[in-house]
Amino acid sequence: MIIRTPKSYDLKETSVTKEDIYFNRRKFLKSSLAAAASGFLGFCPSKNLQAEVQQLSYKTTKWGKTLKPSSFEAITSYNNFYEFGTDKSDPKKNSHLLKPKPWTIEVAGHVEKTGVFDFDELVEKKTLEERIYRMRCVEAWSMVIPWIGVPLNKIIKKLNPSSKAKFVGFTTLKDPTQMPMQNTNILDWPYVEGLRIDEAMNPLTLLAVGLYGKTMPNQNGAPIRLVVPWKYGFKGIKSIVKIEFLSHKPPSSWNIQAPQEYGFYSNVNPNRDHPRWSQKKERRITGQSGFAALFDDKIDTLLFNGYAEEVAHLYKDMDLIKFF
Amino acid sequence: MIFRSTAKLILFIIGLAPLTWLVTALTCDSIYGTMFMSVDPVQKLNRELGDWALIFLMVTLSVGPLSKILKRKNLIALRRMLGLLTYFYAVLHLTSYIIIDLQLDWHEFVKDVTKRNFIILGMTSVVLLTPLALTSNNISLKILGSKSWKKLHYLVYPAAIIAIIHFFMMIRADYHRPIMYASLLLALLIYRIWTIEIKNTKIISRFRSKI
Repeated sequence: MIIRTPKSYDLKETSVTKEDIYFNRRKFLKSSLAAAASGFLGFCPSKNLQAEVQQLSYKTTKWGKTLKPSSFEAITSYNNFYEFGTDKSDPKKNSHLLKPKPWTIEVAGHVEKTGVFDFDELVEKKTLEERIYRMRCVEAWSMVIPWIGVPLNKIIKKLNPSSKAKFVGFTTLKDPTQMPMQNTNILDWPYVEGLRIDEAMNPLTLLAVGLYGKTMPNQNGAPIRLVVPWKYGFKGIKSIVKIEFLSHKPPSSWNIQAPQEYGFYSNVNPNRDHPRWSQKKERRITGQSGFAALFDDKIDTLLFNGYAEEVAHLYKDMDLIKFF
Repeated sequence: MIFRSTAKLILFIIGLAPLTWLVTALTCDSIYGTMFMSVDPVQKLNRELGDWALIFLMVTLSVGPLSKILKRKNLIALRRMLGLLTYFYAVLHLTSYIIIDLQLDWHEFVKDVTKRNFIILGMTSVVLLTPLALTSNNISLKILGSKSWKKLHYLVYPAAIIAIIHFFMMIRADYHRPIMYASLLLALLIYRIWTIEIKNTKIISRFRSKI
């Protein structure tokens, strides 16, 4: 038997990392970090229970190539989504309650393919494209958002509506367990919106399923929402569960709430003021905070939000002040 | 006397705390990129200043009834400063609208003031509060005499009613906060009228007993 006094430079048996852990050290680090993080999350559930967003593959388009998108933080922390609260910071805090997967969408009305469709059935992954659009809120602020989605006309063509379909109506999910403000009566739930069929078929109109290259964050209307860039933001109905092809004009939520303030068309129009404020200019929310954002110059609001070339023909011979 | 001045000093510090916080938040946001004032500080700042004006207005109006209910007359000594804090935040609210929101676009300003009811009401409220702020000193009290000074300061009630209507009118859907303020104001008005009634009946009965 050899009796050996350990030298100071000798390693103890306990300090040797086991081989399997050594070879999987990155995984080990990640999982222990994740465990520590998840323990930490318990203390601040409101912010970090956000549903995970996943990377999407898509093709880029010419839309908005020259625009500078607002920051991801701005787009996902400043939302009007009254189903989760009326303050613009509420949706980010409360929308973790929404379960966007699995998701089905009912198609009804004057259309060949009616029924309940699975999200993936309706939105084919290979048709996704990026559209960087201006978004002008009726409250006189605006953002630039890099949406990922499918042009609505592609989906409409697939569903094949009949000639009786003059309008398209959309409905948001109604489930107070997922959307807590639906327990109150601040709006007539569920949220509904509508477009004329030619507006829905316009190449600009998008069914968005993501932004910044990733799946849609809950607070922005996961998993699928409407984007009509030449209209005020509230026309972009979120978390859609029903698409209906109609022969008559469908109701729209803000129009029901205050018909003198919010029309069916709600096209962005600097010449037609909201009864309570001017629509001539807008504050561009870029993501900058503090004094810089406080003293940022307002910018002029453009007719049809700058998309007149693409959509003005839809409203030829129409009095845009009367049909606001 | 010492109680009064220390209490006033504390109230003054508390009264400036909201403004201090707003400036600090904006500074932090500017330097560290935090989001205390959101990505739309223009709206946030304006709303906060309006909120604080209303909060101080409600507290000012509550001082009288509170001092009677709690039987602490010295609370009245704090009312002048509370009133001035109300006016301070109301003026800042108006200033932030003109300078930061409208960016000194006087053309738009004239349009707003002539066409938009909720702005007309908001301005009216500040205008009504102005003579009260200007006469919130002992010299004015002496010049006016306590009776007419008191009469003038009853203007705070129409100013408060108008301010709350102004708040109601800028809401898009969720009315719970203006309803809260309106209920409090209603309760304060009922208390006022009720106590005046009691005083009157006392006077009347005294008068009758004399006959």
